Amino acid sequence: MKKHEITMKVNGEVRSVIVEPNDVLLDVLREKLGIKSPKIGCERGDCGACTILLNGRTVRSCLVLAIEADGCEIVTVEGLGETLTPLQQAFLDNNAFQCGFCAPGMILTATELLQKNPTPDDDEIKEGISGNLCRCTGYQPIVDAIRTVSRSGKSGGRGKSGRSGRPHE
Amino acid sequence: MISTEFEYARPKTLREAVRLLGRHGKSARILAGGTDLIGWLRDDLVKPDILIDIKGIGSLGKLSFRQNMLRIGAGVTITELTESRAVRTHFPLFVEMAGMLACTGIRNRATVVGNICSAVPCCDNGPVLMVYEAVLQVTGQEGDREIPMSEWFKGPRQTALRPGEIVTGVTVPKPAGRHAACFAKLKRYRGEDLAQASVAVLRSDSICRVAFGSVAPTPVRAPNIERILTSRMPPEAALEAAIDAIPKETSPITDLRSSKEYRGRMLGVMLERAVKTVASRLEGSGPAYGVNVLDDYTADAEGK
Repeated sequence: MKKHEITMKVNGEVRSVIVEPNDVLLDVLREKLGIKSPKIGCERGDCGACTILLNGRTVRSCLVLAIEADGCEIVTVEGLGETLTPLQQAFLDNNAFQCGFCAPGMILTATELLQKNPTPDDDEIKEGISGNLCRCTGYQPIVDAIRTVSRSGKSGGRGKSGRSGRPHE
Repeated sequence: MISTEFEYARPKTLREAVRLLGRHGKSARILAGGTDLIGWLRDDLVKPDILIDIKGIGSLGKLSFRQNMLRIGAGVTITELTESRAVRTHFPLFVEMAGMLACTGIRNRATVVGNICSAVPCCDNGPVLMVYEAVLQVTGQEGDREIPMSEWFKGPRQTALRPGEIVTGVTVPKPAGRHAACFAKLKRYRGEDLAQASVAVLRSDSICRVAFGSVAPTPVRAPNIERILTSRMPPEAALEAAIDAIPKETSPITDLRSSKEYRGRMLGVMLERAVKTVASRLEGSGPAYGVNVLDDYTADAEGK
């Protein structure tokens, strides 16, 4: 197979890497660029653990060839902001993850959801994250976390979260 | 990991893509969204020598609505379709269907045309494009041709496309006059799932079109049911006769997602709800597009 040099903007930084046509983007991000937040889950587009933002939209990086991403912009949770975004803070405040395996994908999916619709209701939140599986939380703390940012009315400001009564708070 | 080795080409023009297809024939695969193809490559279901990525061809990424005709280029994603104001205004059935198709992360990548080129029996775009009587535009070294949706599906994962041909887009005429539609999809739960069965119904004052998905080797139109529903029978009697005719129009099988008996039984419920929803939407009183009229069944399946 012919090797190709591809160039992507990854979390704000221009990165070039040599790939073969059958290299999957998820594997290249993790193994060649050292970006470990996209997780290897089902590897068939069902679980959402490998979700990244590709040119501003969430995609399953297990279903994208690295070579397709040549010239694209990629954002993972490592590059969401200098500090935690209000959504990430809300995930912390609500204990919205336990093992954390789904969290990067969940957060990127919810980030896109809130960009498109800053005030989603619970049904819209559930529909928004329906493609991301979580095997720990039962989803409710995740919906709660996203709702606190939704209610703040803006996804850009530091969300005031206030779900009390959770054991670790 | 993908074990098959292949070359990759990203032509900038349709002519170049057709030339590559002509040279490689059956050993080439067209890559658009890749949400099916990459999975098939992983599973060694396809072993191409070359992938021809059509995302670099600007003309294929266009979505337009002119003179009551919607044109969906082969590169248009499900998300782009649903974000189009023309689609939301004039073809709300697409929005209703797309809201139940996989999830955002897939819809952002998967294309309308790719969905029907994969041609799995449960493809959600199939029944919808069938009731709109959409027409595919195809090109190849032999020239251009058009294929109506009624002649497109040939079997599971088989289409009327010949080696060396590429689908450039699909045109969808807006039905004339007052009309309404409904898409109902039966799933095991309310989250992302492939259809256990689906039905699309489109009616105007003069036409009634019905198509099913996931209950035959391909998505199918149901001409007998359409005839019954447009007969002079009173609506309730016509609906009953239409439900009785479902076994003549479908041939469900038992698989991972459902038994054939459940599929067959539920098709009656689905057709009844879709027909009644369309009737109320025609009167202007039905539920907004985007509601799954089977949500109570999926809630039951979830034990809620």
